[in-house]
Amino acid sequence: MPYQDIISKLKKSGLKGRSGSGFPTGLKWESVKNAKAKKKYIICNAAEGEPEVFKDDFILKNYPEKVIEGIKIALKTIDHSSAYFYINKNYFKKYGVKLKKLIGKLPIEIFQKKTEFGAYIGGEETSIIESIEGKRAEPRKKPPHPTQVGLFNYPTLVNNVETFYYVSKIAEGKYENTRFYSVSGEVKNKGVFELPEDLTVKKVLEQTGNWPSFDFFAQIGGGAEGEIFLPQELDTSIQYLASIIIFNKETTDLYGLMGKWVDFLMKGNCDKCVPCREGLYRIREMIDKNKIEKETLDDLFLVLEETSFCPLGRGSTAPFKSLINKVLK
Amino acid sequence: MKIVRITINGKEIKAQEGQTVLELAGKNNIEIPTLCFHPDLESKAGCRLCLIEIKGKKGMHTACSTKAEQGMEIITDSPKIQKARKTNLELIFSQHREECDDCVWYEKCRMLRMAREYGLKITRFSDRKKNFPCHQFGPSIVFDTSKCIDCRNCVEVCQKQGVKFFDIEEKDSFFEVFPTKDKRRDCIYCGQCLAHCPVGAFESVGEYEDIEKPFEDKSKVIVVQFAPAIRTSIGEEFGMKPGEVVTDKLVAAIRKLGVDKVFDVSVGADFTTMEEAKELMEKIKKGKGACLSSCCPSWVKFVEFYYPEFIHCIATTRSPHIILGALIKTYWAKNEKIDPKNVKVISIMPCTSKKYEVERDELIIEGSKPVDYVMTTRELARLLKKRNIDLKTIKPEPADHPLGIPSGAGVIYGVTGGVAESALRTAYYMITGKNLKNVNLKSVRGMEGIKKAEIKAKGFKARMAVVTGTGNAEIILKELQKNPKAYDAVEVMACPGGCIGGGGQPLPSTPEIRRQRAEALYQIDAKKKLRLAHENPIVKKIYKELLNNKKITHKICHTKYFKKSREVKI
Repeated sequence: MPYQDIISKLKKSGLKGRSGSGFPTGLKWESVKNAKAKKKYIICNAAEGEPEVFKDDFILKNYPEKVIEGIKIALKTIDHSSAYFYINKNYFKKYGVKLKKLIGKLPIEIFQKKTEFGAYIGGEETSIIESIEGKRAEPRKKPPHPTQVGLFNYPTLVNNVETFYYVSKIAEGKYENTRFYSVSGEVKNKGVFELPEDLTVKKVLEQTGNWPSFDFFAQIGGGAEGEIFLPQELDTSIQYLASIIIFNKETTDLYGLMGKWVDFLMKGNCDKCVPCREGLYRIREMIDKNKIEKETLDDLFLVLEETSFCPLGRGSTAPFKSLINKVLK
Repeated sequence: MKIVRITINGKEIKAQEGQTVLELAGKNNIEIPTLCFHPDLESKAGCRLCLIEIKGKKGMHTACSTKAEQGMEIITDSPKIQKARKTNLELIFSQHREECDDCVWYEKCRMLRMAREYGLKITRFSDRKKNFPCHQFGPSIVFDTSKCIDCRNCVEVCQKQGVKFFDIEEKDSFFEVFPTKDKRRDCIYCGQCLAHCPVGAFESVGEYEDIEKPFEDKSKVIVVQFAPAIRTSIGEEFGMKPGEVVTDKLVAAIRKLGVDKVFDVSVGADFTTMEEAKELMEKIKKGKGACLSSCCPSWVKFVEFYYPEFIHCIATTRSPHIILGALIKTYWAKNEKIDPKNVKVISIMPCTSKKYEVERDELIIEGSKPVDYVMTTRELARLLKKRNIDLKTIKPEPADHPLGIPSGAGVIYGVTGGVAESALRTAYYMITGKNLKNVNLKSVRGMEGIKKAEIKAKGFKARMAVVTGTGNAEIILKELQKNPKAYDAVEVMACPGGCIGGGGQPLPSTPEIRRQRAEALYQIDAKKKLRLAHENPIVKKIYKELLNNKKITHKICHTKYFKKSREVKI
C-alpha cells in the first residue's frame, strides 16, 4: 500500500481544508476512514462560485492531474469508496474533457452543479450532498456531520480542489506549506499565486507587485462574504479563503459595492431560513436608499450571525459590517 | 435506545438519544415558541423562533432541530434570545400581509400572541409581498401568497399526499411557493396545506365572506345536516377540549340560526354502509378485484386523476351526506308535502373537498342537487360566534326526526377505519344472518397510515387495507397494479386520521388532537345500544317504503366516476 500512512502525513503537515472553513484535513480523513459503513463517498468540491475567487479555476487549468491524484489517494485510503467530482458548469465546459481523460476508469463520476437552485449555496458541502441526491441544493442540519452521515446516508469526505491538490503533494513529500492566492480588483498584476500560507497579506501584495500606490481597502476571503481590511491591518496572514481584492478608497462607489454583494447573496442563498431570506432583503432596501439605519442594521446583523441556518447567512454580515465601520463611517 | 442527561434552564432532564430539545422541553412544561414546526412534518428549522443557546457552542440554535446529546446545557430564554426572536418575528411579519380579521387562525394566531409577548412592532418593515396574488383551487381552497412565510409545510404535506401540487420557483432572487403549472398534477382539495400552514395563507372558498349566504333565502325550507366528525371537534372553537362530545349542543346551536330542520349525516352513513356492504360482497363473489371506498371525495379525485385505471374499482355508493341530501329532497320532502325545489340542504362538513363534491353534475336527481351548500366546521363555528351563540353554554337538544338518529356505526365514519368497520359489521350479518358477537373490530382501528386485516365468516374471506393519506394509498394501489387480488377491500380517507383531521376542521390539527377526536367518536359508538346500520329503524323503514327496487336505490344511492384532466386553472 503506497498510501498507508497518508493520514499521519496529512496530520503532520498541518494541512487545513482550503474551501474556507479551515478544518484539519487529516482529522476529516481519519473520521471517514474509521466510520463503520459498507459504503463511503468522496466528493471533490469544484463549485467555486464567489465573485473574484478563481484559484480552483487556476488549479484545474494547470494541475488537474494532481487533483485527480489526490482523489485517487482518498479512494485507496478509504475502503469501499467511490467519488463524485462536483463542478460548476463553466469549469466543466473548460476542463470537462481533460478531467474525463484523467479519470479514465477510476470510480469518479463528474456531477455538474445545477444552476436552477441557490447558485452560491450550491457550493456548501451539505448542499452538494443534497444536490447529488437529486434534491434542492439546500444545507442540511449538522450534526450529523457528513463524515458520519453524508451522501445517501453514508460517511462522506468532502474536500476542495486545492485540498486534493495538496494531498497529492504531501504524498509525494513535496508540500512546502504553500497555498493559492487569488489577487484581483484594482491591481496591476491580477492572478493566482502559489505562496507560503503564513505570508502576510501585505507581503503577498508586495511580492506579486500588487501593493497599491493609492489609498485603498482590501476585501479578504471572497468577493461577497470577505471582510474589509485597511492597509495598516494587512500585517496578518489569511486564515480562511485566500482571495484578496483591492479597491480604491477614493473612487469606489461604496453603496454600489454593497449592492453587488447583497444581490449576489440574495440570488445565491437558498431562502429557507428567515434571517438570510428576509434580513438580506432589508439590508438591500437600506442600500437602495443609500441610507443606513444603525439600530435596524444591528438587529439584522445579530439574527444573521447568530440565528442563520448555515454558514452563508452567518458569514454574510462580515463585508457590510467592516465596510461600514472602517470605510463608510 | 441510549439514555442521555441534559439540562434545560438548569433543570436536569433524562432523554433518549435522538429526542429533540423541543420535544423534551414540551414534556417538561418548558415553553419554547414555534411557528413553522408541525409534528406531522420534518422539522425544517426555517422560522428561527424556537431559538436556544447551548453552552460551549457558538451562536443560537433551534430547539426543533437540536437533538439531545450527553451533557448538553441548554438555555431557552435570555435577553439575546429574546432580541433575536423579536427581530426574526418582525421579519416574518414583513413578508406576511396581515389580514387578521379574516384568517383561519383568528384568535389562535401564534404570531400575534408572540408579538404581544415580545412587544414588537409588527409593521416595523413594509410588506414585501403586498402585491402577491391569490390562487383559487377549484371550488375548495384559496391560497393567498401575500400571507405565505415560505415555511414550505404545504409543499411537504402535499408531497406526502402523493399530489405534489406545489413547486418552488425563483422569482426576483427569491424562491417562492407556487401552485404547479404542470398539467399532469392537480389539487385533490383535501385542504392539508391549509391544516399545516402556520399563518393562514390558505383558507377554504367562502371561509368568511360567504358564511351567512346559505341561510339568507327565507323563502326556502332550510335543512342542515352535520357530519359525523364534527361532533367531537367543533367544541375546540369554543374553548372546549378536543374530543369533547357536543352532538346535541351542536344541534341546538344550528337550530338557533333559524333553520327548519337539523339532521345527522351519520344517518346517511348508515345507508352508505348498507350499499357498500352489498357492493363489497358482490365484488368478492364475482372475484373482480378490489373494492375501493368512495366516501372521501379527495380520494375519489385522486384515483380519477392519477390512477384512472382503478376507476372501475371504486364503489359506486354515494357518500353519506349526498345520500341523506337526496333522501331529504325525496322521501322526507314528499312526506312533509314540500316541493323539493323549495328545500335547501346545507351540509356542515369537516372537509374542504366536499365543496367540490357537491358540484359534481352526475349527482343531480330530478334536476336538483342533493346538497346545495357545504360549510366547514370552522365556518359554522365562525357564524355561531358572529351570532353570539355559545356552544359551551347552550342547552342540548336532540336532532330532528326522522333523519336524526344514527347507529354507532354511522358515527365512526369520521375516523380512519370507521367505514370499513361499519360495512363489515353489516356484511357479516348479510352473509351469516347473525350479528357479530363483538362488534368492536379493533384490527381496523388506530391512527397508522396503513392497517391490514383479514376478515373471515362462513366461507367468506376478505383481505382489507385501511389507509389514511393518499400518499399511503398510492403504496396500496401500486401493490394492486402488480397483484389485483392483493386486497378485496380498500378504505381510504385522504386526511390524517380520517375526517377528524380534515381540512375544514378547527386548527391546529396535531396527532394528539386527532387521537382525542377519534377516541371520542368510538366512545359515542360504544355507549349506543344501536350499533349496526342494518338495525337502524329509519334505515329499515326507508328501504321498505322507498328503496325497495334497484332502480330507485341506484338513483339515490349510487353514482359514477370519470377520468379527469386538470381542473384547477392558475
